Amino acid sequence: MNAIVTLQNVTKRYTRGKQTVEVLHGIDLEIAQGDFVALMGPSGSGKTTLLNLIGGLDQPSTGSVAVAGERIDSLSGSRLAKWRARHIGFVFQFYNLMPMLTAQRNVELPLLLTSLSASQRKRNAEAALAVVGLAERARHKPNELSGGQAQRVAIARALVADPTLLVCDEPTGDLDRSTADEILNLLQVLNREHGKTIVMVTHDPKAAEFATHQLHLDKGKLVGTTATSATAA
Amino acid sequence: MKFLPLLWASLWRKKTRTIFTLLSIVAAFLLFGMLQGVNAAFERTADLANVNRLVVVSKISFTESLPYSQMQQIAAVDGVDAVSFNSWFGAYFQDPKNFIFSFPVDPRRHFDMYPEFKLPEDQLQAFERNRGGAVVGAALATKYGWKIGDRIPLHSTIWTRKDNGSSDWNFEIVGIYTVPTDVGQENQFFFQHENFDEARAFGRGRVGWYIVRIKDANQAAQVGAAIDALFANSTDETKAQSEKEFQMSFLKQLGDINYIVTRILIAVFVALLFATGSTMMQSVRERIPELAVLKTLGFSDARVLTLVLGESVLLCVLSACLGLGIAALLFPALKDVLGLVRLPGEVVAGGLIAAVLLALITGLPPALRARSLNIVDALAGR
Repeated sequence: MNAIVTLQNVTKRYTRGKQTVEVLHGIDLEIAQGDFVALMGPSGSGKTTLLNLIGGLDQPSTGSVAVAGERIDSLSGSRLAKWRARHIGFVFQFYNLMPMLTAQRNVELPLLLTSLSASQRKRNAEAALAVVGLAERARHKPNELSGGQAQRVAIARALVADPTLLVCDEPTGDLDRSTADEILNLLQVLNREHGKTIVMVTHDPKAAEFATHQLHLDKGKLVGTTATSATAA
Repeated sequence: MKFLPLLWASLWRKKTRTIFTLLSIVAAFLLFGMLQGVNAAFERTADLANVNRLVVVSKISFTESLPYSQMQQIAAVDGVDAVSFNSWFGAYFQDPKNFIFSFPVDPRRHFDMYPEFKLPEDQLQAFERNRGGAVVGAALATKYGWKIGDRIPLHSTIWTRKDNGSSDWNFEIVGIYTVPTDVGQENQFFFQHENFDEARAFGRGRVGWYIVRIKDANQAAQVGAAIDALFANSTDETKAQSEKEFQMSFLKQLGDINYIVTRILIAVFVALLFATGSTMMQSVRERIPELAVLKTLGFSDARVLTLVLGESVLLCVLSACLGLGIAALLFPALKDVLGLVRLPGEVVAGGLIAAVLLALITGLPPALRARSLNIVDALAGR
C-alpha cells in the first residue's frame, strides 16, 4: 500500500483548567493514496481530534504524523501553516465561507498565498467552481446561496490549490438527505475521477457508505476498519 | 496589494458600524486639519518676521501707548537705521463682524519700514498729501469691492472724535498696496496718523508702538538694550524685542494657540483611541471563526496579524484623508483671518502620520489577539 498518511503511536492530551484529558490513545494508522476514508464513532470518540492531527491543525502530544512523506508533528507554527496551504483542503460542517466575499473570492482565498497572478487566480477559481457545478453562482455571496451550494463553494475552495489531501469534518451534517447525497456524490467523483485522497469525519452511516473504507473510533482508540460497498464500485 | 480586496471587504462587513467609526475619525481629522492649520498660520506669521526690525512697546503692556517724543531719541541710538510707529485703531466696516485691521501711520515712514509692502510712488504721494486718505491691501479692497476714490466709513471700538464725540471715522482710499511675498498681509487698512492725532478725543501725542530698523541684525540685542536703557526709570519705560517675539506675544493675547490646539487634539485623539480601539476589538471578536478559517487555509500567524493591522490602517488613513480633504476645501474660506490660502503640506503630512499611529495603536491589541488564535479552539467556538 502506498500510504499518504501515516500515524504511529499517536496520543493527544488536552489540559482544561486543572484537568488533563487524553483524547487519543496510541493510534497507529495508514491511509493509502487515493483512498476515501470515513472516520466514524460516537461523540467524544476523538474523530475530529484525529482529523485535526492529519490536517495539521493540531499536533500530537506523543507519536508521529507523516503526510505525503513529511513529518508534520514537529513543524513550527509558520511552517505548518505553509504546509497546510500546499497539501490540505478543508471542508467544514458549517461551510465557513467569508460572508462578505463572493463565491469566487472565497474560492480564491487559498490562492492568495501563492505567486499566481490575479487573472490566473480568477481562472483557477472559476475552474474549481465549474468542477462543483457552480460556475454561474461565482458572483453570489454566501447568504445568497443554499446550504448545498455553500458547501459546494467550500469544496471548490478546498480543491482550488490542488491539495494532496481533502479533510472533511461532517461535510453533510448541516444538510438534508438529498442535498447531503449530492455533496457525497461530488466527493466520490473527486476521489474516483480526480484521484483525490479524502478523509471525512461523519456520524452518518449512509454518508460513510460513500467512502471506500470506514475507520471506527471509540474512546480514543481505533476499534476497526471496514471496506464499504463503494470500494468495489 | 493582492490582499486589498480582502481587507476592503472585511472593513465593510458591518457597514453601519464602519460608517459611524469612519465619520468619527473623519470629524477628528477635520478638526486636526483646521486647528493645526490655524496654528501653522500663526507660526508662519512669526517666521516671516524681519530680523532687521525691532518693535518697541511699553514695558507695562503692549496695549499701553508711548509718547511720540520718544521717536527722535530712538532714532539717535547707535545702530538704528530708521524708526516708524503704529497704533491699534480697532475698527469695523458697517457691521461688527467686518473687523478691519486698521492702523494710523506716517505714510512715508511706514512704507519705507516695510519694503515688502508695494505701493506705487504716486499713490504714496497722494497718501502723504491727503490728510483723510487711506491705503488698503489688495485683498481687503477685493473683499469689499473698494477702489481708489471710494469714501469708507469705519467705526472704531476705541477712538472717538473730539469734534462730535462720534466713533465713526471717514476715509478716502488713495492707494492700494500689495505684498507679493505674503498675500496674507494684504488685509490691512492704513490712514494718516497726523490727521487722526489731531481729531481724536484723547491720547494725543502718543503712539501704540515703534518699529525700529537696525543696521546690523547681529546687533539686535545690543540695540534693543540701548533703547530700553534710554527710557529706564522714566514714566514710559520700554521693552524692545524682535519682530518675531512681538508677533508671538501679540498672538498670545488670543491665548497660547499652540498650547490650546495641542490640548484639544490630545483630548480628541484619546477619545478616538478608545472609540476606534473598541470597534476594532469588537470587529475581530466577531470574526474569530473567520480568522481561524484563514489560518486553516494556511495564512500564518504573522499574516493574520498583518491583515488585522492593515484593516485598521486602511480605515484610519482613509478617514484621515477624507477629514484632511474637507479641511483643505474649507481652509481657503479662512484666508482673510489666517492669510494662508491652502492647508500647509506639513499639516497634511502630520495628519497622515497621526492616522497611521492611531491605526497601529488601536489595531495592535486585536491584531495580537488574532495572531495568537488557536485554530482548534476557535473552530470549536471555545
